[in-house]
Amino acid sequence: MFDSLTGALDKAYRSIVGQKVLTEKNVEDGIQSVREALLEADVNFGVARDFLARVKERALGQEVLKAVDPGQQFVKVFHDALTELLGSEKRGLPVADQGPLVLMMAGLQGAGKTTTCAKLALWLKEKRKKNPLLVAADLQRPAAVEQLQTLGRQLGIAVHAEGTDQSPPQVCQRGIELAKRNRHDVVILDTAGRLHIDDALMTELQMVHSLCQPHGVLLVCDSMLGQDAVQSAKEFDSRLPIHGVILTKTDGDARGGAALSVKAVTGKPILFVGTGEKPDELEEFDPPRMAGRILGMGDVVSLVEKAQEVIDEKQAEREAKKLLKGQFDFEDFLKQLNMIRKLGPLKKVLGMLPGMGQALKEVDLDDRRFKRVEAMIQSMTVAERRNPDLIDIQRRRRIAAGSGNPLQGVHDLVKQFKTMQKMMSKLGKGGLGDLQGLMGGGGAGGFPGMPGGMGQMPGGMPSPRGGGRRGGGNSAFQDFLRGRGR
Amino acid sequence: MVFGKLFQGLKKTREKLASGLSRLFGGGRKLDRAFLDELEEILYTSDLGPTGSKVVEELEQAWKRREVEATEDVPAFLRARLLARLDGCEGKLARAPSGPTVILVVGVNGSGKTTSIAKLAHHLKSQGHSVLLGAGDTFRAAAVEQLALWADRLGIGIIRQATGADPAAVAFDACSAALSRKVDFLILDTAGRLHTQRNLMDELGKVVRVVQKQIPDAPHEVLQVLDGTTGQNAIRQAKEFAAVAGVTGLILAKMDGTAKGGAVFGIRESLSIPVKWIGVGEGLSDLEPFRAEPFVDAILTFGEGSASTSA
Repeated sequence: MFDSLTGALDKAYRSIVGQKVLTEKNVEDGIQSVREALLEADVNFGVARDFLARVKERALGQEVLKAVDPGQQFVKVFHDALTELLGSEKRGLPVADQGPLVLMMAGLQGAGKTTTCAKLALWLKEKRKKNPLLVAADLQRPAAVEQLQTLGRQLGIAVHAEGTDQSPPQVCQRGIELAKRNRHDVVILDTAGRLHIDDALMTELQMVHSLCQPHGVLLVCDSMLGQDAVQSAKEFDSRLPIHGVILTKTDGDARGGAALSVKAVTGKPILFVGTGEKPDELEEFDPPRMAGRILGMGDVVSLVEKAQEVIDEKQAEREAKKLLKGQFDFEDFLKQLNMIRKLGPLKKVLGMLPGMGQALKEVDLDDRRFKRVEAMIQSMTVAERRNPDLIDIQRRRRIAAGSGNPLQGVHDLVKQFKTMQKMMSKLGKGGLGDLQGLMGGGGAGGFPGMPGGMGQMPGGMPSPRGGGRRGGGNSAFQDFLRGRGR
Repeated sequence: MVFGKLFQGLKKTREKLASGLSRLFGGGRKLDRAFLDELEEILYTSDLGPTGSKVVEELEQAWKRREVEATEDVPAFLRARLLARLDGCEGKLARAPSGPTVILVVGVNGSGKTTSIAKLAHHLKSQGHSVLLGAGDTFRAAAVEQLALWADRLGIGIIRQATGADPAAVAFDACSAALSRKVDFLILDTAGRLHTQRNLMDELGKVVRVVQKQIPDAPHEVLQVLDGTTGQNAIRQAKEFAAVAGVTGLILAKMDGTAKGGAVFGIRESLSIPVKWIGVGEGLSDLEPFRAEPFVDAILTFGEGSASTSA
């Protein structure tokens, strides 16, 4: 979401790196390119102006330490200011003292309220072991009730719905009563989308609020919103006590302007972000991590968490051992491919690695390549998979025909596989020293005073600036991803 | 009339902005650097993005050449420059030389496709045309039902399959039905998709090809619905949809709020896709052929007493 901003920060950093001190002039140059990126990202004008003024003041002010490289100082100042902009800590959902937790959704039409209701209910059910009830109180949009009912059915979540001739506040109230009777511990009220200047509908929202006394109102906000984002969020906030914001459709290529502005203007933090079409694609929002991601420091913590969710640790360990001994065959390769695919789209996964966000920007990663590779391996016999040396030209022809790939594709796959096998067994003998060489060896740079200190990363990780791009020995892997390697 | 609504909806922003702009244009201010910066900021808040900066740059040039000297001349200058950029945007629909005219409607999730289709169908029907709908959003839960409810209210036909069906198959059926029923217009709905989702964009390409197989010169119009509140991301959206589906025009939706829809300038400029329709409310009749003059005036909202306010 923040690629262009990351790029601009990188440029700013480069313009300053190598300079002896931070001066009015070089800070101004750095800030100018960031300014353009912010404005192009739809960051609210006032927010952008204040933000840059703060960065400038700090970069030139007392907060700068003499001992450190100016470029790094600059990035540090940015990191701190960004974290403040996004809110310095993660905020959770409200808590109910007694009875079910009642959450109310509000937002403009098409922001993604109904989908988000279902996602949030699923998240509460899976991650917090709750028993949520969805209440269909969007009686405005045709078939909105059916949409929520269908989603509830698909996800195994109870939905309270009445006819569209009822009034939304009453439907919500009866929904909460039902939740109490049926021992649901969370109630999520889906309301109709409305314009913030539509007085009648805003009053209706206030009625729902005063009648149902929800523990928290969640504002659902489209991440592609432009300058009007702030206007509407403010208006909603003046009518209802907003607890926090859920930002939707962040899997598009919007540049995060709404994300950066909304907290600054309304004072309400972002709680969750919707990251895809599937019901489980809702993530908690963590401001410091997001600030790190924007600065191209990657988000290793999220990646590890994600990996823990989908990867069987013991199996992974067994495979790693096998891998390092050079006993790695096509069957293992297939298993690993599937494991990576479980993590999500490749670009998203790799983007979480430090330095990779920028490196990947221009790369057209195609997850379909995975499918093609999968098809080729599946067209091999078990014997071939276990012993790739068996795969002679005749067998290659058969595999190509069987998997619907050109012969060259099979050649490439086998060749890349063998290279990888060799590399890995070398790695097993040489230990971590070689790994560092393999990954490009950029681990030396670290930003002093950064949270999570990149300097403490295990040696092999590319440094946030440059390491990933210089790309040393991992080019075979990169070539594979890019579909070259011939 | 409907543009009256556009102004009505914009009342709040207008008050806010007009005070900014009228302070800027009137009040005996001098045309100088500070003035230009302030103007750029105000244009920026209408989502004009880089277009805003370019227009201000043009103004600066004209000022240096002494073509514009007083701040009172600025509104007319801006109006002319913005209008020039929207040249060729108008609410006309291409028609098939014979047989049904096929209109494919695309856009990102939540942009307002289904509602816009209902409004467009209503408009065409009220002009005496026969209209058929194709429920091609087979992805989102209850999207088919939503369109069916509209068809029912409008009293027009709809071709539908179950949710989860292949949208290309729905398009095929809808085209066959449009041919055999000899309707004037077929409007095909599609599932909302983010322009970054490759597989879904490919699927859209397939729908277009299926339509072409049935009716060779179709789709006659591919209208992309754009949420008027969208920022600069609108340009990337339009670029992707244009590449896959050959967008022929925009429907600018949700313009009854405080958003100004300034992103269309960037789309017109970089992709030369015209705005054709504008949605300004929840009612069925709140979709109107686009006209550039009131649109630009709404962006500039000169406030009372200015020559260009037509509301």
